[in-house]
Amino acid sequence: MTTFLGSPTFHPGTGNIRGTESFPDAARKALTDTQLRANLGAATTTIRNKRIAAVAEVDDWEELRRAGSALKADVMSRLPELLVQFEENVTARGGTVHWARDADEANRIVTDLVRATGSDEVVKVKSMATQETGLNEHLEENGIAAIETDLAELIVQLGEDKPSHILVPAIHRNRAEIREIFLNAMPGVDPDITDDPRALAMAARAHLRRKFLSARVAVSGANFGVAETGTLAVVESEGNGRMCLTLPDTLITLMGIEKLIPKFTDLEVFMQLLPRSSTAERMNPYTSMWTGVHPADGPQNFHVILLDNGRTNVLADEVGRSALHCIRCSACLNVCPVYERAGGHAYGSVYPGPIGAILSPQLTGTTGHDDPNASLPFASTLCGACFDACPVRIDIPSILVHLRAEQVDSERHGLPGGQDLAMKAAGFVMGSEKRFAAAETASKVGRLLGGRKGRITSLPYPGSKWTGSRDLPTPPKETFRQWWSRTHEDGEK
Amino acid sequence: MRIALFATCLADALFPESAASTVRLLERLGHEVVFPPKQTCCGQMHVNTGYQAEALPLVRHHVEAFESGPSWDVAVAPSGSCVGSVRHQHAMIARRYGDDSLATRAEDVASRTYELSELLVDVLGVTDVGAYYPHRVTYHPTCHSLRMLRVADKPLQLLRAVRGMTLIELPAAESCCGFGGTFALKNSETSTAMLADKMGNVLSTGAEVCSAGDSSCLMHIGGGLSRLRSGVRTVHLAEILASTEKIGSPA
Ligand code: SF4
Repeated sequence: MTTFLGSPTFHPGTGNIRGTESFPDAARKALTDTQLRANLGAATTTIRNKRIAAVAEVDDWEELRRAGSALKADVMSRLPELLVQFEENVTARGGTVHWARDADEANRIVTDLVRATGSDEVVKVKSMATQETGLNEHLEENGIAAIETDLAELIVQLGEDKPSHILVPAIHRNRAEIREIFLNAMPGVDPDITDDPRALAMAARAHLRRKFLSARVAVSGANFGVAETGTLAVVESEGNGRMCLTLPDTLITLMGIEKLIPKFTDLEVFMQLLPRSSTAERMNPYTSMWTGVHPADGPQNFHVILLDNGRTNVLADEVGRSALHCIRCSACLNVCPVYERAGGHAYGSVYPGPIGAILSPQLTGTTGHDDPNASLPFASTLCGACFDACPVRIDIPSILVHLRAEQVDSERHGLPGGQDLAMKAAGFVMGSEKRFAAAETASKVGRLLGGRKGRITSLPYPGSKWTGSRDLPTPPKETFRQWWSRTHEDGEK
Repeated sequence: MRIALFATCLADALFPESAASTVRLLERLGHEVVFPPKQTCCGQMHVNTGYQAEALPLVRHHVEAFESGPSWDVAVAPSGSCVGSVRHQHAMIARRYGDDSLATRAEDVASRTYELSELLVDVLGVTDVGAYYPHRVTYHPTCHSLRMLRVADKPLQLLRAVRGMTLIELPAAESCCGFGGTFALKNSETSTAMLADKMGNVLSTGAEVCSAGDSSCLMHIGGGLSRLRSGVRTVHLAEILASTEKIGSPA
């Protein structure tokens, strides 16, 4: 099979990576949900502080980050060759490799593979890639039940909800809500169940055990794929993933093409970076690795689907490409002040927070400023907390600025909008000290607006976006420039 | 030392006291301050909103303004974010539009441009500037000073040496106030939610004054505090450092 890398045609990603409304609109609604804000604020604060402590234990953390970043940059610079090497090694060890251009193709391949087994049920390891393609919904349409086995993912699935966080999909739910969800949707649950976390966990465990023992097909994602050996790795906390990876006859793994690492020993770097950044643990409880098929041990049919879904488009952009370095630890979400207030759903895509703000619009491409994904690069104050937290040093603020410019430039051919005119006017005024000084004098009208209060409390649109919640000071009697020439008249000019 | 002041457009037009205080402070410390008269704005708002083509002439103008006029050893601005823009965006913009010679010149200007606390602590080697400021003060470190410039605790070193002042630690000091330039307009509700938390933390300290090294963040926090009628004032770091027993504090 030939690879499609280097294909000159733009093939945008499809699936759950574009919402239906812009970030500001979605965030406005989320902000009114005070329970959501309280749940999110508490959860992110806790994990943020834990991560800082876990990271502080490692003396060579900065070197590790640089190593992780360098390894990923190397992968991106020779991805086609590494993918071919990976395919050869998986095949040589008895696995089968499939290539999927987009979400629809990936879903079709999985469905066909499940059908061929005659099974109408699959157990699933928590996987961002299948969230991205909307695999569960697709399987359901084709009469195949997909059962999430990660506890938080199961809560989201039973609640007919969407994940709100990469790592903690049910971060927005508290235990009373979870009890409700179990009572409504978990077959055979004790009707008198309490909201005690242990009782809830035991109910989920009994439910899942029945599924593990009956399921013949499992679907997983992958945290890493090793080109050198064809090995795949899944990192998890509960052991449910390992049950899926070992018990069924058939294992189907869906993996984004950027998940490759060159050598088995490179895992050493990432296995130090990932758990501490993600769950603030020194090491996660379960790391499962498998290489091909082994007679009478584990799944006897093993398939890997390599998913592009817009990734080659991202790869083509030298600045934006490092978004593909992401190891999905979610540290950037947990430190992001915007994510903390607006929550994951406001980002529309399955990739929320800072990484989502740069990855989603690149995967889908954007179709003008009405595209919900076009609002994502602007959903940040550029405070830089995400860059500091990222274990592979993705410079998210710089990529945000880069994508904003791409967005603005892509719309230059049309009629200029209000913002374009404002920016052009400001650029014109600031482009000359004389014009700027003149504008400063003209801004004295601001003194009238402010009246004797010394502050401006109400402005017409779009200034109202500021004065809705904040005052503005009135311009001072004397600008700095005027003060300077008054006090430093003899100063050198 | 001959120090060129980059007043920044915001300080020039709206917060002249921060720039004037910078001048008074540096002159008091025995330095000569010059004001390159052609200067206007670093172009940060344009870059951060995606208008890089519009930012290019501003970058060129800034470089020319600091190359022409009086000669100087180092430049200073009372703004972490504007220095961050000069240092991290100017050469990048010039290169994006293929002007490598402008990029090199921008790098030269940037390499000698400092934020106020950096200039005082790293270049001039002072932490006690002889200030007197008899107030209860809390300090917001501002994101760009903290993470773009890595000024670390330099502002706090300076503030700790101020006589008569009670410095109260700000809870969650390192979290963003929600300003973010045009973010405050485009994502007004999220910005306001962030501001509400920042104000809550400021008020919890019981301080009379919230200080920072960036007029833009202070405009945001101060705008919110003023709307709340909280009575807490926002005062630029430069104004505190420029205050002495004789002058007292600015009203
Ligand atoms: S961008 Fe960095 S911090 Fe964010 S999820 Fe990816 S690896 Fe983690």
